[in-house]
Amino acid sequence: MEFGPHLLLATLEGAIGAAVLALMAVGLSIVFGIMRVVNVAHGEFYMLGAVIAWWITSLIGGHPAYGFVVALIVAPLLVGAIAALADHLVLRRIDYDPERTIVATIGLLYVLQQLTLMTFGADARPVEAPFNKRIALPWFENGADGFAMYWPWGLSTTTYKLAVIAAAVVVLIGLWLLMTRTRAGLIMRATQLNRDMALAHGIPVEKVYALVFGLGAAIAALAAVLIVPIQQAHYLMGGDPLLLSFIVVIIGGLGSIPGTIVAAILIGMSDGIISVFFSPTLAKILATLLVAFVLIFRPQGLFGKRES
Amino acid sequence: MSTSSNTKLKALGLHLSIIAVLAVSFLVLPEYHSGIIARVLILAIYAMGYNLLFGYTGLLSLGHALFFASGMYGLGLAMQYLNAPPLVGLIAGLGFAAFVSAVIGFLALRTTGVAFMIVTLMFAQAGYLTILLMGEYTRGDEGFVIKQSQRMIAGFDLSHATNRYFVSVFLFGFCLLIIGWIVQSGFGKTLVAIRENEERARMLGYNVQLHKWIAVVISGTMSGAAGAAYALLFGYVGGTFATVQYSIFPLLYVLLGGAGTTIGPLIGALFMFYLIDISSEFTSAYLLVAGVALILLTLFAPQGIAGMLRKRVIRWLP
Repeated sequence: MEFGPHLLLATLEGAIGAAVLALMAVGLSIVFGIMRVVNVAHGEFYMLGAVIAWWITSLIGGHPAYGFVVALIVAPLLVGAIAALADHLVLRRIDYDPERTIVATIGLLYVLQQLTLMTFGADARPVEAPFNKRIALPWFENGADGFAMYWPWGLSTTTYKLAVIAAAVVVLIGLWLLMTRTRAGLIMRATQLNRDMALAHGIPVEKVYALVFGLGAAIAALAAVLIVPIQQAHYLMGGDPLLLSFIVVIIGGLGSIPGTIVAAILIGMSDGIISVFFSPTLAKILATLLVAFVLIFRPQGLFGKRES
Repeated sequence: MSTSSNTKLKALGLHLSIIAVLAVSFLVLPEYHSGIIARVLILAIYAMGYNLLFGYTGLLSLGHALFFASGMYGLGLAMQYLNAPPLVGLIAGLGFAAFVSAVIGFLALRTTGVAFMIVTLMFAQAGYLTILLMGEYTRGDEGFVIKQSQRMIAGFDLSHATNRYFVSVFLFGFCLLIIGWIVQSGFGKTLVAIRENEERARMLGYNVQLHKWIAVVISGTMSGAAGAAYALLFGYVGGTFATVQYSIFPLLYVLLGGAGTTIGPLIGALFMFYLIDISSEFTSAYLLVAGVALILLTLFAPQGIAGMLRKRVIRWLP
């Protein structure tokens, strides 16, 4: 393939990565913004979403779309409930101390990952997409007989991949409406601004925290259900997305949702494009170093405003 | 005799008796277990280095695997490609770990708290990925073996079980005495003061930033010493030792054994190693033990075993 079509293909793959990453990272960012804790187990909630999706689709026979739709609803709810339970049993008891929360969620990471290994096994398992029609993409060429359109071999995408991008956009808009236009969003924002004041106004802060932690995990699970027909469910699949969403959340400015989304698009697209043309390892090294230096020299994130 | 020098003597006595017990244990331990203890002692050195920063200075790093791996690869690469003798390799390992921790410390200490944890994590991740990227020399995750013929000091075969055991007791004892001396010194007390109240230490006129930096360098170099010793005694150098997991292990050992105590790292490493060793006979998901331990310790026993001993029984525990 020539450079142009290749770049288009890389951009499309990058856009899918960016869409899923934006969901993941927004989940992490909401939790950090409102609860002021870093959830290291976020990647495992993503992994659980994918594994539960596999489990549900393999239980429900018939057309793959049935199982997928059920998974799309059940997996986030189930994972959200697990997260809320973890919040209730662990995080609440250590009073959301930032450092101890990180240690506890590292523990949670191992527990969830290893329990999945014990039950689901070490194999990667596929989930069939509900619909998957190949779309060949045209490319333009200014050849000898003028400007012509042709269909290069291998330049294609699928309806499902485009649907993933659309679904991510819909979920992000829905989330934005939830945060800015509803009473629940108002309560969450009030808790974020001042926990004690919220408590004084009768907001059940502990319940809000459990819900927010569950919501963050549910969004990660939803992202996983969307991506699992393209990748595969595996018990170690949470690691890379966790690292990437850390990178996104930090570069976008901790706790800032618009910043997170912009950074997710930037990182997801460049990760996709750089990985196609250069070594993916080198891309990751540069990204992790970027995060470290952003935290050191510009802790408010590349897009965040400095707090006075 | 003043109480302070009395405590110092008691601490020294405790450390010397631990070393003596370890040395004598070799006579009664079956070979399988003396092999494990040798490994545990090296990991305990790693945990002691970690503890100086986490337990005494109050800085929680999630990237110490980078220092461990620096020592390991400093020695490994020098011996593999430059044919360096073991002692020169050891110096190369220590020097490289000291250099890496000096640089990382300088950068990472501009942040505090959660940001410090993430920055150290990211640097360690970048280090691990660099090992993968330079796979031609480092052999990546697969690692490489240091030949037995190279692991000789003056005709003394370090791969032999008996020698290996006593060399690890010697190295562990040496590091334990150093740590014991550091934490009893004025410098060590200043680190604790910084941990307890950084603002107050600064107001009292201590150069907090410099103290923290020195603590990172000592901690990183000792972790690197453990990495170099591991490579030398067990003859294997590999990228797995630079993964996040190996940054979590010393944290786990120290939390379990008791942060801010000199004997905590040994207790934690010993318990955790056997716990994981035993559970790995039953299941491949042996890291479950590590996860459950982390959660339970955070919830119910943040001071660890030695911390509880100090609180309840032996008040003078260093």
